[in-house]
Amino acid sequence: MQSEIIKRTVELFNSEEIVRAIGWRKGDFDYDLNPSIFKSSEDLEKNFVYNDFSSANLSKFLIKISQKEDGKTLVFLKSCDTYSFNSLLQEHRISRDKIYIIGVPCEENLDPSKIKAALGEDVLSMSCDGETVTVETLDGTKTISKSEVILDRCLACKSRKHVVYDELFGEEGEVLDSKRFDQVEILENMKPEERYSFWRTELSRCIGCNACRDICPACTCEKCVFDNRDSGVENKVATNDFEENMFHIIRAFHVAGRCTDCGECSRVCPEDIPLHLLNRKFIKDINEFYGNYQAGDDIETLAPLTRFDAVDVEPSIVKTRENVK
Amino acid sequence: MLTLNASQLDEFFALIEKKRELYLPVENKTGKSEYKRWVEGDKYSTALRTVKSAKNFFFAKSENLYDLKMDHKNVEVIDTREDIKEFVIFGVRGCDVKSFDILDNVYLQDPVDTYYKNRRDHGLVISMACSKPATTCFCALFDIDATSPNGDIQAWNVEDKFYFNPLTEKGDAFVEEFKECFTDEDSKPVEKQKEETLNIIERLPFVNLNMEGFGVEDKLKAIFDRPEWEDLSSTCIGCGTCTYVCPTCQCFDIKDFNVGDGSIKRFRCWDSCMYSDFTQMAAANPRLTQTARFRQRFMHKLVYYPIKNEGIYGCVGCGRCLVSCPVQMNIVKVIKAMGDN
Ligand code: SF4
Ligand code: SF4
Ligand code: SF4
Ligand code: SF4
Ligand code: SF4
Repeated sequence: MQSEIIKRTVELFNSEEIVRAIGWRKGDFDYDLNPSIFKSSEDLEKNFVYNDFSSANLSKFLIKISQKEDGKTLVFLKSCDTYSFNSLLQEHRISRDKIYIIGVPCEENLDPSKIKAALGEDVLSMSCDGETVTVETLDGTKTISKSEVILDRCLACKSRKHVVYDELFGEEGEVLDSKRFDQVEILENMKPEERYSFWRTELSRCIGCNACRDICPACTCEKCVFDNRDSGVENKVATNDFEENMFHIIRAFHVAGRCTDCGECSRVCPEDIPLHLLNRKFIKDINEFYGNYQAGDDIETLAPLTRFDAVDVEPSIVKTRENVK
Repeated sequence: MLTLNASQLDEFFALIEKKRELYLPVENKTGKSEYKRWVEGDKYSTALRTVKSAKNFFFAKSENLYDLKMDHKNVEVIDTREDIKEFVIFGVRGCDVKSFDILDNVYLQDPVDTYYKNRRDHGLVISMACSKPATTCFCALFDIDATSPNGDIQAWNVEDKFYFNPLTEKGDAFVEEFKECFTDEDSKPVEKQKEETLNIIERLPFVNLNMEGFGVEDKLKAIFDRPEWEDLSSTCIGCGTCTYVCPTCQCFDIKDFNVGDGSIKRFRCWDSCMYSDFTQMAAANPRLTQTARFRQRFMHKLVYYPIKNEGIYGCVGCGRCLVSCPVQMNIVKVIKAMGDN
C-alpha cells in the first residue's frame, strides 16, 4: 500500500497538482513516525511511511498550512481523520480548495506502549504482517498477536467510511457498530461517589502538559482561554489539583457537540488518562436528547448545540438528578 | 558490600517510613510506574522509568510561595512554607540523579532558591542501577554510567538481593542508622551485572551520536541559523509535554490564584519555552513563532547550558521526550539533523 500511495503522490507532485504533502515521516524505530510536511517528491519517496503506526490525525495541521501557505497541500486521511477534516471545514478553519485528500485504508493502528509493555523496552523495530506483530529487540526477535496490541481507540472504531476525499485507496468501508458507549454506561451506572473517585484518580496523574488540548482537532481557538492571561482562568499548571481537574471538564464542554471522537487526546496523553470517556459521555447525552448526531459526518447538518428548535428538549427536565442513573 | 534480601525490602521500607517520609516508584493503574509515598502494601516497581521524572521532589509542578491577604489598601503577606520532613527517594535511575546536578547548577547558584534548597537539604537519594536499559535510553552519550548511578547511596538489584553503597556523608549516616537491616556480602554479583549491562548499553542506538559542534560558543550562531529548525518544528504543537516530562527542564512562572475570599495564593508552576506565553517580557514573548520556541528548547539543552556550565549538557538522555511527544519529535532527531550524523 505504501508504495502505491507514494507512486500516486509523486505523480501529483510532478503534474504540479500539489506543492506539498503532509504525511508521516520515517523515524528511528518504525513506530515513531513524525507527522511532517514533504515539499518534494524526492523527500516523499525516501521518507514517507504508511504503516500500522501512522496513527497521527493530520487534519489539524492543515489549519496553519491552508491559512498561511499558497498552493495545494495533499493530506493523507484515515477514515476517522476524515470526520475531523469535515468538522474543521464546517467551522471554516481550513480551505477545501487548497487541499487534496487521499483517503488511506486503515486496518487498526498498533500501540507501541502496549508492545513494549509486553515484549520489553529494548525494541529496535516493529512490524506487523496480518495477525502477527514481529519485534526486533536487543534480545532477539519476538512476536505477539496483533489483537493484543491494538490501539485502544481503534478497538472502538466508529467508522471505516471516509466521509470526504478526492481519491481513495482501497475499498470504501462502513460505519461500524463500535459499542463505544459501553464504557460510558459503566461510568453512568456508578454511584456518584464512585464516579467522582474514578475521575479524581485518573486525573490525579495529569501533568498539565496540554498535549490533549493541543492535538485535538476540535480545539482550534487562536488563543485558548486557558492560555489567555486576561481571562483570569489562565493556567500553565493549576495551583491545586481540583482546579486542574476542572480544566478537563471545561475543555470537554468546549468541544461538546464538536468532538468527533477521533481519540487523539487519549492516544497522546503521556499519563494514559482516558479523556475520551469524558467526551463520549457528552456525545451519548447529545444523541439521547437531540437524536443521533455524529460530528463531521457531513458539513451541512448543524450541530445540535448550535441550533435551536422549539421542540428541543430541556435536558434538566428530561433528566432530573433523581432519574439520572 | 551491604545487602538486603528482596523479602526484607518491605520491612526496610516500614522502618524508613517510621522516621522519614519514603517515596518510591510504584506501578499505577495503567501499568506504568510513578513515584508515590510508600504505604504498607505498596510494591517497589523495578520498571525502568517513571512517567514523571524525579525532579518533582525538588522542583514541584506547582508550589505555593506565599499568600496575600487583601484588606482594602492593606496587603498582608503570609509565609506559607511548611516545615519539610526529612524524606528519602528510593530507586532513582542514574539519568534522573544526574538531572539533580543540572538543576542544582541553576537553583543553588547565587541567588540561591531557598524553596528548592530547602527540599534538596531534606531529601536523601537512593539511586538504582539499571540492568535493562531501553533503546530510547542514551544517558551514556552524556557520560552517565547507568550501572553505577550517583546519589547519596547507590544501589543494585541482582536477582532477589539488593546491594547498597553509600557515596556521601548523608548516605554514610543513613546506612549507619539502619545498619541492623543490612548484611555484608561479596559484591561479585554486582560486578557481573554491571558488565552485562554495559554490554547492552554499547549496543543502544543513540549512545554514540555525534555531538560535535554542540556546546561551544563559536558554533552557537551557526547552529542557531541552521535551516533545519523550520522543518523539524513544522508540526510541533507547542504542548510542552517534552518539557514537563523532562527531568532537566527548569523553567517556572509565578502566578496568582484568586481564592475568592479576599486572599490570593501566589504560586509558581512549571513553564515551558514551547508555550506562546513563555517569558512575557515588557510586551510579549520575544519568540514569535513555534519554530523559534522549538529552537530555544534544544539550543538551551545542547548549546547555551553547556556553554555556561563547563560543557555539561542540559539533557541526561532519559528518553522521556522520545516516548511522550505527541508528534514524535525529540532531541535525538534534532541532534541527528544538526550534528553530522
Ligand atoms: S495530555 Fe494527559 S497529562 Fe497532558 S494535560 Fe492532557 S490529560 Fe493531562
Ligand atoms: S516537541 Fe513534541 S512534546 Fe514538545 S512541544 Fe512540540 S509537540 Fe509537544
Ligand atoms: S531532553 Fe528528553 S531525553 Fe533529554 S533529559 Fe529531557 S526528556 Fe530526557
Ligand atoms: S528554556 Fe526550555 S528547554 Fe530550557 S529549561 Fe526552560 S523549558 Fe526547558
Ligand atoms: S537513560 Fe540510562 S540511567 Fe536512565 S533509565 Fe535509561 S539506562 Fe537507566
